[in-house]
This record gives sequence, C-alpha cells and structure tokens, in this order.
Amino acid sequence: MSAVADLLLSVDGVTVDYSGFKALDAFSMTLNRGETRVVIGPNGAGKSTLCDTIIGRVRPSDGRVIFRGEDISRLPEPAIVGRGICRKFQAPGVLPMLSVRENLALAARRDRRWWKSVGIGIPAGDRQVIEETLELVGLAERADIPGGQLAHGEKQWLEIGMVMATGAELLLLDEPTAGMGPAETSRTAELILGLGAARSVLVIDHDMSFVEQLGAPVTVMHQGRFLKQGSIAEVRADPDVAAVYLGHAA
Amino acid sequence: MSKLVPPAPLRRAKPALPWVLLALGIAAPFYLGAYDLNLLARFMAMAILAMGLVLIWGHGGILSLGQGVFFGLGGYAIAMHMKLADLPAGEMPDFMVWSGREALPVWWEPFASPAFALAAILIVPTLLGALFAWAVFHRRVGGTYFALITQALALAFATLIISRQDVTGGFNGLTDFYSVFGFGLASPGTGTGLYWLTLAVLCLAYLGLRWLLASRFGMLLRATRDGENRVRFLGYATTPFKTVAFAIAALLAGIAGALFTLHAGVVSPALIGVVPSIEMVVWVAIGGRYSLAGAIVGALLVNLARDAVSSAFPELWLYLMGALFIVVVTLFPNGLAGLLKGNRA
Repeated sequence: MSAVADLLLSVDGVTVDYSGFKALDAFSMTLNRGETRVVIGPNGAGKSTLCDTIIGRVRPSDGRVIFRGEDISRLPEPAIVGRGICRKFQAPGVLPMLSVRENLALAARRDRRWWKSVGIGIPAGDRQVIEETLELVGLAERADIPGGQLAHGEKQWLEIGMVMATGAELLLLDEPTAGMGPAETSRTAELILGLGAARSVLVIDHDMSFVEQLGAPVTVMHQGRFLKQGSIAEVRADPDVAAVYLGHAA
Repeated sequence: MSKLVPPAPLRRAKPALPWVLLALGIAAPFYLGAYDLNLLARFMAMAILAMGLVLIWGHGGILSLGQGVFFGLGGYAIAMHMKLADLPAGEMPDFMVWSGREALPVWWEPFASPAFALAAILIVPTLLGALFAWAVFHRRVGGTYFALITQALALAFATLIISRQDVTGGFNGLTDFYSVFGFGLASPGTGTGLYWLTLAVLCLAYLGLRWLLASRFGMLLRATRDGENRVRFLGYATTPFKTVAFAIAALLAGIAGALFTLHAGVVSPALIGVVPSIEMVVWVAIGGRYSLAGAIVGALLVNLARDAVSSAFPELWLYLMGALFIVVVTLFPNGLAGLLKGNRA
C-alpha cells in the first residue's frame, strides 16, 4: 500500500485568526489510518483549536482540512461527525441526567435524524455496541446510574466510550487524563492502545508519563505553529522543544 | 428493531397522582354546580398549556415567556368563528359596525366555516411556533435571549390586537357568543359537554406527552438541554429537536386557548400578553416543571387561589403570586411534584 492510500487526515496550512491573534498559524500535519498520535505543546499552543477546527466548531480563515480525500473544513458539524470523526472534550461532556447506558445509546445511534427518534427504547441493533463499550470502559456495573453521578475519571472513560461508540474512524481525545491519578491514567492508556488498527487517534495531553505509556509519535506545537515531530525520546532530546516546552515542564 | 428495552423512567414505580387527578376530574360534574364546573374547565384548559411548558422548559430547557401568543391564536380563531356563526348572512360583527367598518375583512371570511376554524386552531399556532423557533434556534440563540425574544413577541402580539380595534375588537377582545357548532352556549348541557371535551383533551395530551418524554426524542431533548455541544458533536442536528418540541407546546397552547375561550365566553389581550404569559410559567414552576401531573396541579391550584384571593383582595394577588414563585423556586426547585416524589425527570 502506498503512503497516499494510508493517509486519513491532512491538516493543510490551516490558519485560525481570532481578530488578529492567530491561534493556528499555517499549521500542517498528517495522520495515517490506524495511527495514534500525541499532540503536545505549552498552554496557548493551539492544541484545542486544532481539535475545534477539525470538528467544525471553529472555521479556518485559511487552509483546508482533508479527511479521506474530502475537504471537510466547510461542512456542518453533524456532517463531519457523519464522515467518521468524533471528539472528546477537555471538560468531561457526559450528559448528567441520562444514565450511562443512555449516554452510550445516544452515541451508538447511526441514524440521527429527529423523526427517527420518535420511538421507545434502545433499538436492538445498537445494543451490542453499547454493551461491548460498557465492558471496554469498565462501566458495565454502573450502566444504570445517571452520568452526572460518576466519579471524575469514570466520566472521562464514559466520554471516551461515547466517542468510540459512534463508530468514528478518527477519535480526537482532548486531555483524556485530565484530573486522573496515576492508576487511572495507566488504564486510560491501555484503553486507547486497545483500540487497535481500526481507529486513528489524535490525543492531546500534558501528562508526559501518559504520553510515554502510549509510546506513540509526538507532534509538538508552539504558538499555533508546527515545531517538531518524532518519537517521545527524539522530542525530549530536541533543544528547540526543550526551550519552549519541556524546559518549563521539567 | 424487534426487541425494545423500556427506558428507566417507565420502569419505575407507577405514580399515583395522575390517577387521583383523573378520578377527581370524572367526579367533578356530579358534585359541582354549573358555575364551579365552568371555572374548573377553564383551569383545566390552562393545564393543557402548562403541560406544553413541561415539555419545552422542564425537559428542553427552553423558557418561553410568550405562550400567551399561541393561547391567543387558538382563542381568537374559535372566537372569530363564533362571532360569524351567530350572525345573519351578510352582516358584520357588532364591534366592526361600531368601529365604522364598511365590510368584513377578507381574512375573517373563511372563519365562518367550522372546519376552517378547527383547522386554524390546530395549524396556525403550531406553524407559527415552528417557524419562530426554527428562525431563532437556527441562529444558535438560546437561554435568556430566547426568553426575552418570546416576551417581546407577547408584547407585540397584544399591542397589535389592541391597536387594530376595528378588526380584532381591540382592548375589549371578542365576546358575546351564543352558540358553537350549533350548540347553544347558554344551555347547561353544552357546559357539561364542553367540560368532558376538555377533560378528554387533557387526558390525551397527558398520554401523548408522557409517551413522547419517555421516547428517544425525550431523551435527546433532555440531552440537548444539559449539553447541546456534546449532542451536536455526537452528530445530531439539535435545532430540529428544539423546534419540534416548541411547535408541540404551541399546539397545546392553541388548543388550550380555544377551549378556554369556549368556557370563559371571551378572549381579550388581557389574557394573552406579557403578564399572563409569565403567570403561565409560574403555574409550572410551582407545580413542578419536570412533571406533567405537577404542571396540571400547579395550573389548577394557582388559578383556584387566584380566584379566591382576587375576589376578596384584588390588589393583593400579584404580590402573593410573586412571593409564592420566589419561595418555590428557591426552596423547592422541582415544585410540588418534587416534594411528592423526589427529583424524578
């Protein structure tokens, strides 16, 4: 297979301009099918804006986002999800009044037009995905309690589960370990590594031990620009990266 | 799609309150005099509107301070029909003659037909509610801004009616009806019949909404209320869900307005403007905005209290209602229904 056939996502020279402040400045990166990539960078580097741009929450003033060969940067948000991209937000975005299972049921539904929602109960065709996801994120025992009653780490897992249950090919995980202890962080890394080659994952995180556990290639951003890409060891050894980021963190 | 799992709310204990209300509703005509039964029927019409607010405000998080508009559209539609139905052919309603009009406005004419009037009661509020909601939600306007826009709508609607006295009856509204669909309004049998009709519509609306709230549509409405962004980025277009809910609430308000006008024998701007629209929200806040039965109780109790208090101390009522509203919202945010059965969606 050629490299082009493997290409899933290409962010091509994207600029996001907040009235003069460039959150993204001609930023480019590519992601292959089945690849897991970690994006790091100091606060304000544009990591979350990158996610926002890919899912259509923010529109680029310049550049394109190409997903499976199609420019998606002008599509409505639900259409982008329909193409196979789903995002976990930084603050857990579970729905507090719905049960854990209902949260996943909402995500697992493929036909999301409103008139298809006029019916009672979870359609049988969705239940296998829902139960599998419950097992995977370790919430099978907690399936019937409201999402709002979960512990913080469990909420993060539920939202990761929701993103998985949509069947998306590209998962954007914005700080999936925020607020987690070391044990929870390790479990989250296992969860992401367990996704296998069927999914591509773009992870944004600050926690270097988590990034090491993922063992994935790292892209470093700084002030909205691409700075460096390589293995975690290469990035750690890079003097430019140390200057802008690791130097402060260490 | 063969086997379906019922959602959690349906599997929980069967609430007793709706059955108690139904029993009282069936018993009422055998114990109440004509005057009291008429009063109860008016309040039951209000309760139909109140349940629409449970759908949009409680479960959809959409606060409308303009339900009076849709109530008024239903009320004026039936009132226009009754004004025309009582007239000898070729004549104009009394207030038009007094205002010096030469001829009946063209848009009044079709209301002479009972079928047209019925269709207008059902379609006009629903369609207007849907168009209005879509226009606002499509632009991602929500929350407090939406509430303010609906309040402006109520103000504009009442002002429009008052200013066009020659075709709307102005401040006095439309009144002096004698018959509806061939039944004389003065006969006690018609009053009782209208009571049963109101009870039947109330029950139908209750069952329909209960089903809708238990359906996936209800689940998505609550999900959108609590995390619209999350729902949107799971791939749902959220505007249609909110628009459909708002249109259903407008439909219920229109039906309520028509029934109320039949019982009260009058529809006027005083019943549909800003203050009445806010009062409608107060009934639901007091009864419990997440509970259909709670909203029915709220509408009935507040209106009964209003009737009792305002006949003895007319100037006291607004203060009392305001105080009640504050107490309920601060101490019992889920209203009377919340006191009865805990926080149940």
